[in-house]
Formats: sequence, structure tokens, C-alpha cells
Amino acid sequence: MSSNRAPNKTVASNDRHGQEPSIDLSASPADEIKCTTCYMCACRCGIKVYLKNGKVRYIEGNRDHPVNKGVLCGKGSAGIMQHYAPSRLRAPLKRVGPRGSGEFKEISWEEALETASGWLGDIRKTDPRKLAFFTGRDQSQALTGWWCIQYGTPNFAAHGGFCSVNMAAAGLYTFGGSFWEFGEPDWDHTKYLMLFGVAEDHASNPIKIGLGKLKKRGAKVLAINPVRTGYGAIADEWLGLTPGTDGIFVGALIHELLRTQQVDLDYLVRYTNAPWLVIKNPGGDDDGLFARNDEGRPLAFDKATQSFVDAELADLKPALSGTFTLPDGRTAVPSFELLASRYLTAEYSPERAAKETGISADTIRRIAGELAEVAFKEEVVLDIPWTDWAGRRHDKMIGRPISMHAMRGISAHSNGFHTCRMIHVLQILLGTIDCPGGFRYKPPYPKPIPPPLKPHGKPDQVRASEPLGGPHLGFPTGPEDLLIGPDCKPTRIDKAFSWDAPLAAHGLMHMVITNAANADPYPIDLLFMYMANMSWNSSMNTSGVMEHLTAKDEATGEYKIPKIIYSDAYYSEMVPYADLILPDTTYLERWDCISLLDRPISDPDAAADAIRHPVVEPDRNVRGFQSVLIDLGARIGLPGFVNNDGSPKYPGGYSDYIVNHERAPGVGPLAGWRGKDGSQIHVGDPNPDQLNRYIENGGFFVDHFPDELRYHKHVNKGYLDYAAKSGWLPKDARLTFQLYNETFQRFRLAAKGKGSCPPPETHRKRIETFFDPLPFWYAPFEGTMVDTDKFPLYAITQRPMHMYHSWGSQNAWLRQITARNRLYIHTGRALELGLKDDDWIWISSNIGRVKCQIRTVEGVNRNTVWTWNALGKRSGAWGLDNDAPEATEGFLLNHLISELLPKRDGGYRFSNSDPVTGQAAWYDLRVAIEKAKPDEAGETSPRFEPLQSPINVETPEVLAFGTSFQEANR
Amino acid sequence: MHPAYSVIFFTTASGAGYGLLTWVAVATLARTAPTDWRFGLISLGLAFLLITGGLLSSTAHLGRPERAWRAMSQWRSSWLSREGVLAIATYVPAGLFGIAWVFFETTSGFISLLALLAALFAIATVYSTGMIYASLPTIKAWHQPWTVPVYIVLALASGGVLYLLIASFFDGANSWPLLLNALVLAAAFAIKRFYWQTLDTDHALPMRYAATGLEHLGRIRQIEPPHTQENFVMREMGYSIARKHAEKLRRLAMALMFAAPALCIVMMMVTGGFATTLLALIATAAMAVGLFTERWLFFAEARHISMVYYGQQAA
Amino acid sequence: MTCLPETTNKKLGLVIDLDICVGCQACATSCKEWNTGGYSAPLSDIDPYGADPHGAWLNRIHGYEVGEGDASRTVHFPRSCLHCETPACVTVCPTGASYKREEDGIVLVNPDTCIGCKLCSWACPYGAREYDSNHGVMKKCTLCVDRIYNEHLEERDRIPACVRACPTGARHYGDLGDPDSDVSKLVAERQGYDLMPELGYKPTNKYLPPRPRRDGTTATNQPAVEQPAPATGTTIENFFAWADKMLST
Ligand SMILES: Nc1nc2c(c(=O)[nH]1)N[C@H]1C(S)=C(S)[C@@H](COP(=O)(O)OP(=O)(O)OC[C@H]3O[C@@H](n4cnc5c(=O)[nH]c(N)nc54)[C@H](O)[C@@H]3O)O[C@H]1N2
Ligand SMILES: Nc1nc2c(c(=O)[nH]1)N[C@H]1C(S)=C(S)[C@@H](COP(=O)(O)OP(=O)(O)OC[C@H]3O[C@@H](n4cnc5c(=O)[nH]c(N)nc54)[C@H](O)[C@@H]3O)O[C@H]1N2
Ligand code: SF4
Ligand code: SF4
Ligand code: SF4
Ligand code: SF4
Ligand code: SF4
Ligand SMILES: [Mo]
Repeated sequence: MSSNRAPNKTVASNDRHGQEPSIDLSASPADEIKCTTCYMCACRCGIKVYLKNGKVRYIEGNRDHPVNKGVLCGKGSAGIMQHYAPSRLRAPLKRVGPRGSGEFKEISWEEALETASGWLGDIRKTDPRKLAFFTGRDQSQALTGWWCIQYGTPNFAAHGGFCSVNMAAAGLYTFGGSFWEFGEPDWDHTKYLMLFGVAEDHASNPIKIGLGKLKKRGAKVLAINPVRTGYGAIADEWLGLTPGTDGIFVGALIHELLRTQQVDLDYLVRYTNAPWLVIKNPGGDDDGLFARNDEGRPLAFDKATQSFVDAELADLKPALSGTFTLPDGRTAVPSFELLASRYLTAEYSPERAAKETGISADTIRRIAGELAEVAFKEEVVLDIPWTDWAGRRHDKMIGRPISMHAMRGISAHSNGFHTCRMIHVLQILLGTIDCPGGFRYKPPYPKPIPPPLKPHGKPDQVRASEPLGGPHLGFPTGPEDLLIGPDCKPTRIDKAFSWDAPLAAHGLMHMVITNAANADPYPIDLLFMYMANMSWNSSMNTSGVMEHLTAKDEATGEYKIPKIIYSDAYYSEMVPYADLILPDTTYLERWDCISLLDRPISDPDAAADAIRHPVVEPDRNVRGFQSVLIDLGARIGLPGFVNNDGSPKYPGGYSDYIVNHERAPGVGPLAGWRGKDGSQIHVGDPNPDQLNRYIENGGFFVDHFPDELRYHKHVNKGYLDYAAKSGWLPKDARLTFQLYNETFQRFRLAAKGKGSCPPPETHRKRIETFFDPLPFWYAPFEGTMVDTDKFPLYAITQRPMHMYHSWGSQNAWLRQITARNRLYIHTGRALELGLKDDDWIWISSNIGRVKCQIRTVEGVNRNTVWTWNALGKRSGAWGLDNDAPEATEGFLLNHLISELLPKRDGGYRFSNSDPVTGQAAWYDLRVAIEKAKPDEAGETSPRFEPLQSPINVETPEVLAFGTSFQEANR
Repeated sequence: MHPAYSVIFFTTASGAGYGLLTWVAVATLARTAPTDWRFGLISLGLAFLLITGGLLSSTAHLGRPERAWRAMSQWRSSWLSREGVLAIATYVPAGLFGIAWVFFETTSGFISLLALLAALFAIATVYSTGMIYASLPTIKAWHQPWTVPVYIVLALASGGVLYLLIASFFDGANSWPLLLNALVLAAAFAIKRFYWQTLDTDHALPMRYAATGLEHLGRIRQIEPPHTQENFVMREMGYSIARKHAEKLRRLAMALMFAAPALCIVMMMVTGGFATTLLALIATAAMAVGLFTERWLFFAEARHISMVYYGQQAA
Repeated sequence: MTCLPETTNKKLGLVIDLDICVGCQACATSCKEWNTGGYSAPLSDIDPYGADPHGAWLNRIHGYEVGEGDASRTVHFPRSCLHCETPACVTVCPTGASYKREEDGIVLVNPDTCIGCKLCSWACPYGAREYDSNHGVMKKCTLCVDRIYNEHLEERDRIPACVRACPTGARHYGDLGDPDSDVSKLVAERQGYDLMPELGYKPTNKYLPPRPRRDGTTATNQPAVEQPAPATGTTIENFFAWADKMLST
């Protein structure tokens, strides 16, 4: 019996000859291939769409595209199922049942547009504030924002406020660029990458391409993250620190670098405000502000000439420490002395940091040593001559090859702004901004620090039937820029740019529904939303938000938010809460524009923008939202949307607008092929053939910089001139990194009662504390306000690489990969709690509880539990059966996250956000977990009434996509 | 492994059919079988029905039953193909043997050669069936010396009780057939026990294979399955049964396949007439249920090595 | 046909780098997308919008944790057909639908002759064969046989869909029979290995092991450069003294 082995019988080849079936090795995969831009997520990769028999056969990455260089991610490669999803909305809808039920009636576009323009027009004529227009995963903010400016409401923002405004603001107030998608590590030269709290990010493919390069080159990747998955899994080192403690970890690294005297002083002198003198006048009006000369220029003390000079002059030998008496008798110290003194205290010692972070002091010291080693002993030198802002010629580009990238692990905490700024300080002390091997700007960044844009929406800027006069979002530099009334009351519905969140550069979308329902600061008439699943995964306190959306005024029986218009392309959980639905197309069916005026797709070495164009025709009664918005603008006669005779200015819809709209003379949405003959870039007349030129070029435009412009952009004359010509920077700008930030001191002085505009009593202490001009670490709010003995665990989420928020679950392929989520908990911790793999448990926070199943793992901080984001679905949504695992076993942590903090002393409830920027503090959540009773196992909680579906499409029991291509292949 | 009812029915029914055919042929050769053409008709007819029914049922397991004929082509390498070829080939001597017996009432001379061939082909077919399983190195439970003997001996045991049942109508269920049957049952009992012993000791061994090549780094746990719902491989190969439950079923199978028929046979030795038939009927029924249980367990207890990729610790 | 060729002219296969794979699923979905409309069309999905969605995929990504505590690691592990040199999945096939190509060693199923008996899937130790219950035939990785020779594609795109998509560059494709090919060199350099070599199937595909980590468990504890012995004063004073000195030179 020993030979009962499958016989691996081989046969001489001539025996087999001719036996193999003949197969077509060269079947034509496409009748036509069209290049456009992916929108399975916001990374916006270039794609080639294979079309066969009028159907999408395959989607592949475009090798020439600056973003993805040919590769494609797990979502992008499942685009077919996104495009053909049965959950697609099919026609405009009018609500007929109660809000939230999902009972709708299909109506014509004419009726939909007339209804919408009726509502919009009435409000504009009376009180434009009563319109709140908020957009989610919007890639056309340049249009939606501009539309709202013309409309005149102050209430506009996109999703940045709940996403990562902490990153944007911290960077823009410090070095004129930012993490997020506005810069990236120098993947080709960096030798040491620190990744703080990144699971996926917007640069989904670029980060993966980059990590692949680093790993192959043997550069060290250090992942700092309570959770070890994805990027952390392949990192050379993983530091599973306690959530919300990155600030003190970075502070301790700074402490060590200073203590061991390893910082790039030269770089500090040349590129930062380290030498700028700060006035020391405790109790005075000018305390903590920069000493300035008569022209308002900041001063430094030049040791060469022993005099006070304009701190931004070239070739100074300024003092970085010491106390100086200014000519006018006031006392001042270089800002660097304040900075170094702060971080050299015991508060930032490795030992103290070890206590908070759970990372040993030895490890912190070792990491600091590694940073110093790589920065100062392994510099990268490129043989590229360049000229700096002062006209000095350098024959080489020299870099300290340490790069950092950080995202929501930092930003989604109430201390995220300061933590992110601290990371930038670390980068700057090491001298690694926009140098070979460092962190690089993507054009049009860098911008002036901060960008010279002020928010609009002050009481006198909002008038019936009038445009707003300027952009909604901007960068205040003092209390006078706040959008508040004389009573200090916020003028915006989300309280952005008020004392609640003075630097809310992206608004606070997460507060709009709650505030509107509470009429705090005032009620609104119409909530208009686009591409945001606000009744589900993009809200905090989801259950509460659903109640707000359906809350009625007891006296009148009317909804507290009287009207809601929403544009979605799919039957998401938000759709049933709207009164009027404007159904959008899929990304393969519409025109779009990925503009440099917006969130661009540039590469550090090139400016780039792109389009989407309809590669297939819609088979439903749907329209591209941007075209609809332009149509609405024309119907209500918004300036800029109509000609003098009242006729629509862009009758061709969005594609017409993309080509012909000019923001400033010669500056339009697209930078490529401008001018009548298409010969100009960035600035030039509209070119009627522009879109064809984009299509011919694969859907994008890219302008590669000459080598000389590639690095040191903030001080590189060649680049600064290019940026000025392109309209990105004022002429002759040179940017000085702001380690010490004066803007903050202005707010702080106001809190101390200085100046004309002090914050209300309830806010004073908060402003004084958190508007520290130097970044500092403090414990995230929730942990300081709830009983942490009762809620000992931190709870966070991560993005799955193959799902985009809520919209991946309707995809027949992606949902097979993950149709439900679990709560991950440390094996040892689970043991302590008497839990084992697969147990069903309750997670509770101070506002509610959620039931789910656990999985134990080693790769997580012991005090942290986590889950994949946005996998839980509501029954009835997304074209899924009511008993889909997403609804029965999937869950959201959002039910546990409060949008408001518990009452402070004064009885006021601040939003659960960063006190500086208003960034939603998703990851401050504290929870407890306990085992569910045996009879509770098996199903998630909470569950809601299944939604009725207005889409009358039978979902197939078997999907055999590709059958129709079968014939063609044989 | 997932116990598919069509396959269980196929292997048990056609096994019994081939077993019965073997018994009839051998008994005829040994001149102990009733020579009545009606015995020939009923016994060979039943064997034919069981074999054909089993074969037909096995095609229910196929994704493309209409192409089943293709399965005969790869006899050079595939035991399944060989099984198919032999199964069809068996019809020839068996059919001629039956025709000669029933229509020409002859079972001797050249016809006994046909009977011999039929028996040989029948055993060879069952051998091939066993080899289909035994030759798979991926399933340790099956890839062992006792798998093929189990198939053969259980075919003979189940065919044997059927033989007794039919023979009882013709006064043929006595002496030699009874004794032989008892011997076969005893052998079957022993062989099946050896099978289980081997399976149990093998299962107790730790995973020996470098499935992921990461084994040297420590214990491996799957923390993220490729897909959250079960896929084909998990449904087909991932079926498993709790040890305790299996133990119970094993005892049940042993009792029904061996103890009960053995008891019946012992009693048949001292009875006659209708009582013998009744006892044979009971033995047959017990055997049928027992065999079905055994075959179900054969699949349910077998673990496929690919499941280590899905987090199973040992294979 | 189910007899294996004595030798194949080439040994085309994949090399998968476990040191780089982040488990992003791009190779899995890209494989699904290409193949559902290609040689293996369709790769059916059952209950695609219901309670039990599952279907035929030719490439699946597992997430593992290995080892305990500080020494534990998370590893993503893509798994598809390894195009074995002596695979029982071919020899057990009763119809000849399963075969190994003499030309390049690719193991294929002929969807026109497969009867869907599933025996080959039992014979594959790697769980790499996937039965399409709707189509009634067995499916498996084809090494994108309809791409790698496809004259409709640009030459540089004549590689498997999964390799083409993989964003980190963790997947490589080439002739493992040629010792001078890039993939063979990579395997030699990085000590690529076979899965379950003990079974004797001789997989063509190779895996590159994750590299040792460079963390507290492995790093020589490189101490931070110590501050020069302070003459007098606090760390802060010494720091500014140093800064002052540095800037004066
Ligand atoms: N617990 C927890 N909650 C979070 C986060 C977290 O990390 N943890 N992250 C937060 C962050 S950063 C964000 S950005 C939000 C994201 O949350 P959302 O902005 O709500 O993102 P999606 O869920 O993708 O929903 C966007 C909506 O757009 C619709 N849509 C998709 N394609 C189109 C289209 O082509 N046209 C139109 N008109 N609509 C379309 C979708 O159907 C969906 O309803 O979630 C936030 N919520
Ligand atoms: N595939 C996919 N890609 C996406 C999205 C998606 O839904 N799917 N969404 C897009 C959007 S809107 C956004 S905003 C980006 C966000 O991209 P990421 O910033 O990568 O978003 P998250 O998944 O929230 O990852 C946050 C990471 O921070 C970790 N973390 C949490 N708290 C802390 C902490 O205190 N310190 C540290 N160091 N780490 C911490 C978490 O474990 C997690 O790994 O991704 C974008 N890209
Ligand atoms: S990262 Fe993926 S989903 Fe996002 S745009 Fe690129 S290919 Fe599309
Ligand atoms: S991996 Fe499995 S299916 Fe592929 S050749 Fe080897 S045994 Fe056959
Ligand atoms: S399922 Fe198809 S390929 Fe597999 S063994 Fe059966 S006939 Fe051959
Ligand atoms: S080679 Fe082709 S068929 Fe095989 S896993 Fe890759 S994409 Fe799928
Ligand atoms: S595409 Fe590449 S990185 Fe992503 S799972 Fe596949 S092999 Fe790993
Ligand atoms: Mo976001």
C-alpha cells in the first residue's frame, strides 16, 4: 500500500504533442480604451477603461499618470462593480413618506430643479444664512464654494473639518505646506521614514509605491501607531503607543535632540523664525508678539554687526539665545530660546513621555539617536545647482534624508493641531523640509504662512440677494478675523471661526445637523448636502443625528430642519432623510475637473491636474451634480452663472464651465492647454479645444519642473518665480517657517482681556490655554472629562485599504472581502477581561453602547481596541438585502462618539473637537467592554428599522459578470 | 471534507452493488449459489440497480453531468478515470453472465469465466474508488494504508448481507455464505478500526508542513481571512466535526455495520425460513444505516491540508 | 492530457515578496476583474447583494499574526495557484480538462471539457482551485495566459493583472526555469522558498521571506550621542552655550 500516491505520471513530450487544447492567447480585450480618472476614492489615479460590447470590461492603471504611475489599488480594480451597482439612484426623488422611511416618488428633472430653485431663490431673497450648503467627498470645491459665494450664505464648507483640518492648519501655519495630500516624503532619497497614524490616507497608491521603494532600498520605516496592520506590518519598527500621546513622544524626541546638541542650527537661522525676537512684557499688550521695526518687519539681533536688523535679511549671524533690550527699551528674546527652553524641561523628558505613551525611555532615546545619525551623518547630496531667494548660487542640493508623514491618527484627536505642529517642529529642527530625502511640497504648495486668505461671513458681509464678497474659508491671524457678531455669537451655523474654533479653516461639518436642529446659533430653512453620508458613518453620535434630522417643532409640527436637498449617486443611509434627491452619475459617466484651484494631484516634481469625462453614457435618468448646480445657479440668477440678459452663462453644463470659467483673468479650473491655441499653461485665455487636448493626453496635464526647481521650494528663486507666474504665490515671496506662531499669541492676549475683542467668559481659559504660540502636549479631552476608571480603553478606527468609507459595501466584489467587521483587542488584555476570540461583547461609552464580536490580536496597544471604519450598514440601504452581514453583524463606533463634550464649568457644551481648528476628535473615544449574554450573541446592536428602497431593481441571486465577454474570448 | 450526499450514496450503493455482484459470482463459481434463474435475476438485477443508481447519483455531484462521459479518458493517470472505465467495463462480463443465467439458465463453462471476470472487475472498480481517496496526499485521513481495504471490505460486507437476504428466499442463506459473511464482517470490523486508529494517531501529530514558510517565526494565527464569508475551499474542505460527536457516530456505525449484522448472522445459523429472511432484512437495514454513517464520517472526519491557510492548526 | 509533460520549455510563475505586501487586495480584485471577462469568464458570485456573498476568486490575501508579544509580526500572505511542476491536481483529473502546458508550465483547466467533479481541488494542497458552482466548472489562476502573450496589449503590459496592479511592487513575474531571469536572481538573493516542499508538488511560484525587523528586539541599542560633559550649569544653559558657539564660528 505504500505506493498509493497520486501518480505524477510524466509522458515524453512527443506523446503529448497536439493534445493541449488550442486556446486564444490573444483575444482582444477591448473595442476601445478610454483614459479618465478613478473615483473609487479621493486619491484620483489615472485609469484606462477597457470597453467591450458597450460594457466596461476592465480597468487598469495609467502608466503615464503622475499619481499612480500605472498601479491600481484594490478599490480601483473593482470599479466595474461600483459602476454597475444595483444601488445606483435612477431618477430624481421626492419624499412622500415620513423622513427617514425611504418612501419616495420618482419625479422629472424639471420638477426637481424647479422645486430646488424655488426653495433656494426664496431664501436668498430673504436671509441667505438660512441655507447651509455642505459637501462631503467633494472634488469640486472650487465650484461649490464659488457657487455659495455668489449665493451669499456664510454657511458653506466641505468635509475637511471632520477629516483632517488639523493637519492642513498645523502645516499651513507652520511651514506653508502640510501632510494629508499636499506633500509627500521624498520616496527616492529618504533613508528614514516616520509614519504617524497612517492606515491608508488619500495618497493611497503613492504611499504604497513609495513604501515599496523604501523597502527595496533598505531605508528604515518606523510606524508609530497603536495598531499594527498594513503599513505597520511591513515597517522595520512598530511603536504601538497609547492613542493621543504622539505629542509627548515627539516632544521627547525634540528634548533628546536638543539635549544632545543635534539640531541643524544653520538651517534654523536661514529658514525659520528661530532668531526672531519675541517681546517679553508680562501683562502687557505686546507680550509675546514679535519685535518689529517701523515697517512692521520682524527683528533679530545680528551678532556680526551687534545690531537689531530685519530678521529676514540674507547672510545674518543672528543670536538664537540671550535677552536683548530693544532700542525702545523693551526686553526681547529670540523665539528659539523659548522653544528650546520649553522642550528641554523635564516635562518632555523621555521618562515622562514613557509614562504617557507606553514607549520606553530607552526606545525614545534610541530613536532620537537614529534620527540624528541619519540626519547629520548620512546626508544626501544631489548634483543640482540652484539659486536661493536672495540670489545666492548653490552648486548642490543637500538634504537630511529623514521624512515624516502623519494623518488622522494625529489629526482626529482634540490635541491634534498642536501635535501635528510639534511634528513639523521636529522636521524643521532636523532640517528636512523640501530637501532631498525629506518631506516635499506638492505644488501649488508652499503657500505663504499662513495663506493670505481671510474667511468671509461676518454679519456685514451677509446680505439678502448679494454675494458674500469672498471665500468662506480662510486663515485668521487674529481675533478681528473671526466670524462673530458683536455679541460674540457665531455667524456660521457650524460655529467655525468663532471663539469655539477660531482657526476652523475647513468648517465643522460634523456640527451642522446638531446645531441646526438645536437652532444654535440660529435655525436654518434649507440644508443642502452633496456626497456625504451624514446620517450614518460621517456623523458622530449617529443615532442622535438621525433624531435631529427627523425632529419636529412641537408647536408647528414642522421638521426642525424644514427642508433637506441631497445629491448622492447611490442609495446611501442619508438619502431617506432628504426631501428632494438630485441623483448623480457614477464616476465613469460624468465630466469632472481635478483642479489646481482645489485639491490638486500634483507631484513634488511637477504641477498636474486632470479631468474625468463620460466614458459610458448613463442608462438612468441621472445628471452630473456639478452641471445641476450650474443649472440651479442660472435658474436663481446667481451672478457669474447668468449673462447680462439673464440667460445661463454655461448652457453646456460643467464641461462648458470647466473650459470657459475664469476665476481671475486667464486663470481657470484647468491649467493645461490654455490660450486660444492651447500653447499656454496656468494662465491663458480659455481654449475651446481644451478638453479634447486633455482626453488626447490620457485625461491629465502635467508640467515637470526643471531639476533646479525640484527642492527647497520655499526659498528656491527659480521655483518662487514659477509659482508667482502661475498665480500660486505673491511675487518675491520667501517663506520663513514659523516655529513660534504669533497668531496664537494674539488670540491669547485677547483671552487675557487685551484688545478690542475679548472672548466671552466661558471661553477665556480655553483660549488662553490652547492658543500657545509654541506647540505643546495635553491629554485629549474626552479622557479628562469622563471617568476613565469606568471607560479604561481607547477606541479607534482604521480605513480598510479595499473599502472607501460607506460606499465600498455596495460593491459585489469588495463586500465579499469584508462584509462585516469585528472589534480587535489585545490578546493579553482580552484574557484579563475574561474574553476569548469570537466572543460577542458590548462596547459602551459615555453616550451609548454597541454590540459586536471580537478578535484577539497581538499587534495592538494593550489599552486600545479598534475596528475597520464604516463597514456597518443600515438594513435596506445600498441595494443590499435586509439580512446582509453588514447590517446584522457589522457595526459603527460612531454611535458611541459624542459630537458634544460634557458640560464644562460654565454649563457650555463645546463640540468634541480640537479647540484650535474645530477638527472632530473621533479618536478621543474612551470605552469599556463587557461580554454579552449568551442569548445576545450573534447580532449587532443598535439596529434600526430597515429602510424602504425607492430603487425598483431586482438584485441578482447570481452574478456572472463577464459571461457576455466569454464568446468573444474563444 | 464536506460530506456530499450524492457521493456518499454513490460509494455506498455502488459499493454494495459491486459487493453483491462479487458474492453472486464467487458463489456461482464455488457452486454454492442457488441456480434458480430467478435468483440470478433478482441478485444480479439488484446489483445492477445499485451500481447504476450509484453511478447516476455520482453525476449529480458534477457541475457538468452531461459531460460525464469525458471522465473515462484519463485512465493513464487518474484513479477517478480508472474507476469510470472499470465501472463501465464491469457491465460487460456481469451483463453477459446475467443474460446467460436468466435467459439461458446456464452458469457454467465459459459463463463461469464471465462470472470470474465480473467479480474481478467489480473488486477492481471498488479498489479504484478507494484509490481516488487514498492517493490524495492532501488529506491525511485518507492517505493511509487502510483506506483501500476499507472500501473493498465494506463493499463485500454490504454485498454480503444483501446476498444473504436474497439467498434466504431460495434457501441459500446457510452454511458457507453465513460463515464467510461472518468472516468478512470480522475483517471489516478490524480494518475499519485500523483505519480509525491510524487516523487518530496521525491527527495527533503536529503540523509538519511549512505551509506559509513563516512557521519558524512562531505560532501562526489568521487574523484577517481573505473573505469574511466562507468561500468554496472553506465550504468544501473546511467541513469539520467535533471529536466528541464523531466518537458517538463511530460507535453507532460500528454497531450498525458490524455488531447488528453479526448478531443476525449468528441467529440465522440456527433459524430458517421466514425468520432467516427477517434477520437478513434487519442485517441489511442496519448495514445500510451504518454504512451511510461510516461514509459520512469518512468525509466529515477528513481534514484537508489547505485549511492550515485558514487558521487550522494541525492537518 | 492529465499526464504531465516531462519538462516544460519555461517555468513561468510569480514571486511574492512578503516583506513588502501590505495586504491591500489590489492583486485580488484586479485578478477578479481581468479574469471574470477573460479566459476564465465568468468568475461567478453567489448571493452578491445578500446575506452570504461569495464567489470564485483566483487570488486571495490572508492576514496572519506570527509569534507572540514583542517578537510577533503581522504578515499578509497572497495565495494563488503555484503552477507546480508535479501537481496531483492535474494527474487526478479524469477528463483531461486539467493540464500543464508544455510550452511554459502554466497549469490550466479547459472550461469546455471540465465536468466539475472537484477532485483536482481536493488534490491541491494550497487551496488554489476554486469551483464556480454557477458555471459548473473548476477555475484557477491562469497566470493570465490571455494577457502574457496578448498582442493587443502593449509589450510591457503583457504581464499578469495582479502584478500589473500591485501598488507596492510585491509581486514579480517571470521564468523561474531560467537561472538568469530577474525573478530567479531575486529568489536567489532573497532566499525565496517553496510552500510545503515536503509534499513534492514542486511549486514554481516562490515566496520571499519578510526581512528581520530593525527594532528594539534586533537593533544594537545605539545610544544617543551624549552631551559633552557640562562644565557647569543646566542642560538648557549648556545647550545655549553650544548654540552660541556653533553660530559664532
Ligand atoms: N468612526 C469614524 N467615523 C468617521 C471617520 C473615522 O475615521 N472613524 N472618518 C471620518 C472622515 S475623515 C470622513 S472624510 C468621513 C467620510 O464620510 P462620508 O463623507 O460620508 O463618506 P462616504 O461614506 O464615502 O459617503 C459619501 C457619500 O457619497 C456618495 N457618493 C459616492 N459616489 C458619489 C458620486 O459620484 N456622486 C454623488 N453625488 N455621491 C456619491 C456615497 O453614496 C455616500 O453616500 O467619515 C468620517 N467618519
Ligand atoms: N481605502 C481607503 N482610503 C481612504 C479612505 C477610505 O475610506 N478608504 N478615506 C480617505 C479619507 S476621507 C481620509 S481622511 C484618509 C485618512 O487616512 P488615514 O489617516 O490613514 O486614516 P485612518 O484609517 O483613520 O488611520 C488613522 C491611523 O491612525 C492610527 N491612530 C489612531 N489614533 C492614533 C494616535 O493617537 N496616534 C497614532 N500615531 N496613530 C493613531 C489608527 O490606528 C490608524 O492606523 O484616508 C483616505 N483614504
Ligand atoms: S487609490 Fe484606488 S480607488 Fe483611489 S483613485 Fe486610486 S485607484 Fe482609485
Ligand atoms: S497550486 Fe494547486 S492547483 Fe496549482 S498547480 Fe499546484 S496543485 Fe495544482
Ligand atoms: S473539476 Fe474539472 S478540472 Fe477538476 S478534476 Fe474534475 S474535470 Fe478535472
Ligand atoms: S496571474 Fe492572473 S490569474 Fe493568476 S493570480 Fe495573478 S491575476 Fe490572477
Ligand atoms: S497587491 Fe501587492 S501589496 Fe497588495 S495585497 Fe497584493 S501583493 Fe500585497
Ligand atoms: Mo476624511
